Amino acid sequence: MNTTTQTATVAPADTAPPSSTPRAATGISPLTRYAYVALLALAIVAPMAGLYPVFGMKLLCFALFACAFNLLLGFTGLLSFGHAAFFGMAAYIAGWLVKAQGWSPELGLLAGIVTGAVLGLVFGLVAIRRQGIYFAMITLALAQMIFFVCLQAPFTGGEDGLQGVPRGTLFGVLPLTSDLTLYYVVLAIFVACFLGIIRVVTSPFGQVLKMIRENEPRAISLGYAVDKYKLLAFVLSASLAGLAGSLKTIVMGFASLTDVHWSMSGEVILMSLLGGVGTFFGPVFGAGIVIALQNMLADRVGAWVTVIIGAIFVVCVLAFRKGAVGELHAWLERRRSRG
Amino acid sequence: MTEIFGIPIQAFLGQLMLGLVNGAFYAMLSLGLAVIFGLLDIVNFAHGALYMVGAFAAWIMLEKWGINYWIALIVAPLIVGALGVVIERLFLKRLYGLDPLYGLLLTFGLSLILEGIFRDQYGVSGQSYPVPDALAGATNLGFMVLPNYRAWVVLASIVICLGTWFLIERTRLGAYLRAGTENAKLVQAFGVNVPLMVMLTYGAGAALAAMAGVLAAPVIQVTPLMGSNLIIVVFAVVVIGGMGSILGSVVTGLGLGVIEGFTRVFYPEASNVVVFVIMAIVLMLRPAGLFGKEA
Repeated sequence: MNTTTQTATVAPADTAPPSSTPRAATGISPLTRYAYVALLALAIVAPMAGLYPVFGMKLLCFALFACAFNLLLGFTGLLSFGHAAFFGMAAYIAGWLVKAQGWSPELGLLAGIVTGAVLGLVFGLVAIRRQGIYFAMITLALAQMIFFVCLQAPFTGGEDGLQGVPRGTLFGVLPLTSDLTLYYVVLAIFVACFLGIIRVVTSPFGQVLKMIRENEPRAISLGYAVDKYKLLAFVLSASLAGLAGSLKTIVMGFASLTDVHWSMSGEVILMSLLGGVGTFFGPVFGAGIVIALQNMLADRVGAWVTVIIGAIFVVCVLAFRKGAVGELHAWLERRRSRG
Repeated sequence: MTEIFGIPIQAFLGQLMLGLVNGAFYAMLSLGLAVIFGLLDIVNFAHGALYMVGAFAAWIMLEKWGINYWIALIVAPLIVGALGVVIERLFLKRLYGLDPLYGLLLTFGLSLILEGIFRDQYGVSGQSYPVPDALAGATNLGFMVLPNYRAWVVLASIVICLGTWFLIERTRLGAYLRAGTENAKLVQAFGVNVPLMVMLTYGAGAALAAMAGVLAAPVIQVTPLMGSNLIIVVFAVVVIGGMGSILGSVVTGLGLGVIEGFTRVFYPEASNVVVFVIMAIVLMLRPAGLFGKEA
């Protein structure tokens, strides 16, 4: 296989055409900015309008996970099939520190981020030596190693997982027992990370990542230390995935083998693919759809949830490789160029 | 001598045999992956699911219609091979020429579908498949007691692997296949029906997975999860051996099975992880895998 097919990447949906240079520089158009503000307003009032806060928080945690994953696939062109390892291991570490060691929630989250970063560094150092499908398979295998560690390590509770993790008091002043309080904390963290990701992607560093995605040999020939950039992107993505995992543990009060199983890695890929790989909002949308589907269908159809998720996967790959938000972008673009 | 490194020789050889049996499955499955990857450029994530369907096909045939093991060993791979042909025509055909990652994702979706259907029908608890009468019992070799069925599995898989190797490396059909992986257009121009060949290759790969499934049915419990538990290890085997190398698949598969068996004797906790540790080490030293060519 030659390098050109390997560097061809999955659906760079938001690649701006030459005509819209200002948009490419700032990353998001004014229209998109209004849409984000409107969505944020919606998220703020949603609990008052009847959204169950725990569902909202779960959704935000997975949306953050999907955004973290997409930072790697969408903007660097690396398909990691092992992101469950960062999410799940961080969930366990944070849960154990908060529950058994009495750490405060903010320190637990910090520990989750560090867990993700350290694991990401190790995975990255091994996996970045290969590209494309090899990269995917290596991350998958490494993540499976973490799964077995979590299955057998004494602190994870084995098959039972880690139950009854207390939410605690944020910074020693803000008790998180109320669902509503915690919802706004989670929302704040999510928004900060979302804006952070936009900032990273639109920065010169992010431009280099995009160049690697588009044409890696050229990036190398221009003198960029491509492997270092990729490794940094990988660690960043893993840290955010770790934050998402530990946040999930604080919210739901448990960490289990599901969090670290490879099907979780598959789920986060689906979320990104469904919403739109390489768009900022796509993964959030995709996470929303997947979590909502699971919530609605789990009691009614049993094992068919897996079948439905699998079918969505197949349809996405065959027909909507740009994902919902990506297709919307493309449609708006077509309309603009016509009018 | 009754002990090796302080371990009773019986237990030692028993674990070694168990490792060799596992290795036989790794070898057969990674062989199928290598064949499919070689010609289609698709990492067949559904391979584990096809292996599971093969085992279930044999079990259903026995339960419902009393069809015995030997017939199932032929019929189940044919059924799953036909399923493979359908999958190739309906789905994979549309992905040729795209990034191979799409193939990985699509077959991942397919494996979820297959696994979900069987989980809905049969739950996650295992079904047991009896060892066929002709292979029941065990042979006393003097230094250890060897279950006949296990010996058969190792033998059968080595024969199948050798047969596949012979087919691909030493026959005219194999020459076409190998030429097709190099330059499909040119081979087509010579009048070889490449799309048909590709379709049959995927079917044959699926049949190979199913045959491994039937062989496995009497050794392990038949469950919808048996494929997804195995496929990740097989991926690791493929990465270690070097993707697309047939010899690499077979040697690495058997070898890793044995290493896993050794680990189970000396440090059981690490036996699930040892393959992945070896993978990491091999990648550090030889990024293309043991038998792979540097891309």
